Amino acid sequence: MQVALFITCFNDTLFPNTGKAVVSIVERLGHQVIFPEEQTCCGQMHFNTGYQAEAMPLIRRFVEIFSQYEAIVSPSASCVGMVRDMYRFAAEVHHDTKLANEVALLAERVYEFSEFIVNRLGIQDVGAYYPHRVTYHPTCHSLRGIKVGDAPEQLLRAVRGIDYVPLTQSNECCGFGGTFAVKNADTSMAMLGDKIRHILDTRAEVCVAADNSCLMHIGGALHRQRSGVRIAHLAEILAAQE
Amino acid sequence: MKKPESVIIELAPRFEVGAKAAVQNTQLRRNMGKATQTIRGKRAGVVDELADWESLRVAGQHIKDDVMQHLDTYLIQLEATVTQSGGHVHWAKDAHEANEIVTRLIKATGSTEIIKVKSLTTDEIRLNEALELAGITAIETDLAELIIQLAHEKSSHILVPAIHKNRSEIRALFQKSMNLPDLTDEPKELAAAARQFLRDKFMSVRVATSGANFAIAETGSVCVVESEGNGRMCLTMPEVLITVMGIEKILPRWQDLGVFMQLLPRSSTGERMNPYTSIWTGVHADDGPQEFHLVLLDNGRSDVLADAVGRQTLHCIRCSACINVCPVYERTGGHAYGSVYPGPIGAILTPQLVGTAHADSLPYASSLCGACYDVCPVRINIPEVLVHLRGKVVAEKQTQPQSWFDGENLGMKAMATTFAHRTTYELAQHAGQLAQWPFVHDGYIENGPGPLGKWTAMRDFPAIPAQSFRDWWRERQRDE
Repeated sequence: MQVALFITCFNDTLFPNTGKAVVSIVERLGHQVIFPEEQTCCGQMHFNTGYQAEAMPLIRRFVEIFSQYEAIVSPSASCVGMVRDMYRFAAEVHHDTKLANEVALLAERVYEFSEFIVNRLGIQDVGAYYPHRVTYHPTCHSLRGIKVGDAPEQLLRAVRGIDYVPLTQSNECCGFGGTFAVKNADTSMAMLGDKIRHILDTRAEVCVAADNSCLMHIGGALHRQRSGVRIAHLAEILAAQE
Repeated sequence: MKKPESVIIELAPRFEVGAKAAVQNTQLRRNMGKATQTIRGKRAGVVDELADWESLRVAGQHIKDDVMQHLDTYLIQLEATVTQSGGHVHWAKDAHEANEIVTRLIKATGSTEIIKVKSLTTDEIRLNEALELAGITAIETDLAELIIQLAHEKSSHILVPAIHKNRSEIRALFQKSMNLPDLTDEPKELAAAARQFLRDKFMSVRVATSGANFAIAETGSVCVVESEGNGRMCLTMPEVLITVMGIEKILPRWQDLGVFMQLLPRSSTGERMNPYTSIWTGVHADDGPQEFHLVLLDNGRSDVLADAVGRQTLHCIRCSACINVCPVYERTGGHAYGSVYPGPIGAILTPQLVGTAHADSLPYASSLCGACYDVCPVRINIPEVLVHLRGKVVAEKQTQPQSWFDGENLGMKAMATTFAHRTTYELAQHAGQLAQWPFVHDGYIENGPGPLGKWTAMRDFPAIPAQSFRDWWRERQRDE
C-alpha cells in the first residue's frame, strides 16, 4: 500500500524524529511511504482559536494536496481530528458544498498513526524492543475526538522488554488545549500540575502519547522540574529495535 | 450590539483574570476537587448501568431538535393549554419585562414576602434584586441557595450553588446569621438548622415563585425537579404561584417526560430516580395554589435560536454533568465565569445571551478536551459551539481598528500567509532554526522572547532541531 504521510507543521519543525519513526515502521511493515512536499499546516490552530477566515485557505489547500491518496497517515490525533471532524464543520458554516463533498471523501482515508497500524493493518506487534518503564497519556483528541480506543496501548503492550505502567486518571486533559495554554496559562498549569503528579507516581522513565503537542506541554513541565522523566511519541517507542 | 444590562454578567473580570485568583485559593481547590470527583464517579456509576444510555441521549436530542424547529407552534399551544386549565400566561421579552410582571403580580396580592423554589431563570433575570427595590423580600428555600443568600454571595454551580463551601464554612455562616452559637458542623445538624429557619416561612408566606424544568405543550403541565422537598412546599402551600420559565424549556408531549426523567437525575445528581418531582396543571379548587401565573421569558433566547450552530445550546436541561466533568471548572470554580451559568454550558450560553462582545473571554475558557460533549445527556456539541463562538469573537474584533495593533491578530495573519506556500513555510522553518540560538541552552528555551515568553514563564520549550523532517526526507531521497 502507498501511504501518504501527513507530518503536520508542528512535528515537521519541532519533532522530526517522530516523522522518521513513522516512516521506518510503515516501511518495516512492507508499505511505501510518500511525502507530499507541498503540505504545510492543516489550519487547526487558526480555526480553533477563532481565525476562521485565515484557516479556510489552509483547509482548501490541504484537501487539494491530499485528496489523491489512498491512505493518509499522521502522528497527530488532534490534526487528524481537525481534518476528520472540523473540516466538515468548516465547510458547513461557510456553506461550501463542494468543499463539504471533498472533505467527506477525504476524511475516511485519514488515519491517526496507531489506529492505522492496529485497525487498518490489523497489527499489534511491530517488532519493537524498548527496555524502559513507560506510561501512556491518552490525549483528548485521540480519546474523545477521533476515538482511537486502546490501539496505542495494544501496540505498547506488544513491545518486547517494555515495563508498561497505566496512568491514574489518564482520561483527564493535561491542560494544553492549543492557545489555551497561553491564553489561560494559570488554569492550564493547574491542570498540568495534577497530570504531572500522576505521571511521577508511576515512576516511569518515559511518558508516551499520540500527540507531540500535548507531550510538549507535559514535557515542558517535566523538564522545568528536572523530574528525570522524558517524553516520547508512541511512534518513537515502536521504531526502537534491538 | 446587545447590552448586558438585562442579563447575567456581573461586571466580572475576564475569565483568565478571575481564574488566576481562583486557582491560587487552596481551600477552593480542595473543596472543588473533592466535590467534582465524587459527583463524577456517582454519575458514571448510574449511567453505566443502562445499556440503552446512548439511545436515550439520541432520543433526548431528537425531542429537543423538534422543539427548536417548531418552538413558535409549541409556545402558542402551551399558552392555550395553560389558560384552559385555569392558569395565566405572560410573555416577557427580557429580564426587565419579566421582573416587572412578577413584581406587579406580587404587589397585587398585598404580600411583602415570597418563598422561592431554586431557579436559575430567576437568578438570570436577578429577580431578587428587582423585588428588593420594590420592597419585597425573596426567601430562598433550597438549602444551598439559602447558604448563598445568607452569605451574600453568588452561586458557583447551577445544581449545587454552594459547592465551593465546605461544612465548616457553612457552620460558621449559620452560627452567625441564625444566631446558633452551639451549632456543630454535622451535616444533619446543619440541615436541621435550615429546616427550622424555613418552616415558619412555608407556613406563613402566601406567594411563591419558581422556575420550571419542563412544560408540556400538549397538556399545559409544568414540572419542577428537586431533591429536598422544599420546592414541593413552595409549589403546594401558598395561595399564589408565579413560575418564570425560559421559552426553550418546553416539551411537545406528555410522553417526552419519560425520556428526560431518565436522563436528568442520572446526569445531574447521579441518582436513578429524582426524589421530588412536582407536576401541576393549572389550578384546582381546594388543592394547591388558587392562582397560577406562567411567565415565558425570551431574554436573548430567540437570538440563540437564530444561529444554526449555537441553537443546540438551548437543548440544555441544566443537569450540570458538563460542569462536574470539566477539568477547567474543577480548578477555577464557578465565580470565574462571571455568570449564573458557569462551566462548559456557561461558556457557550452566556456569550450567546449577552452577545460575544460582552463575554469574549468565555469561549476561550476551555481546552476543548471534549469531556463535556461525552457526558451531555442531550448531546450538545459544546467544543464545536465554543469554536464557533471563537470565530465570532475574532470576526468582531477584526472589524475594530485596534485589531491592526493586536499582536495575536497580526501573528495569526502572518502565520496564515506563511503557511499559504511551501516556500515561505520552509523559509520560516530555517529562520526559526537560526533566530532561536541566543535563547537556547542545552536543547531547551527556558526564557523565551515575545509571545513565547507566555509559554516559558511556566514550562520549558524544546529548541527547534537543526534539521526539519522535510529536509531529512529530501536528503534521504537524494541518497537513495
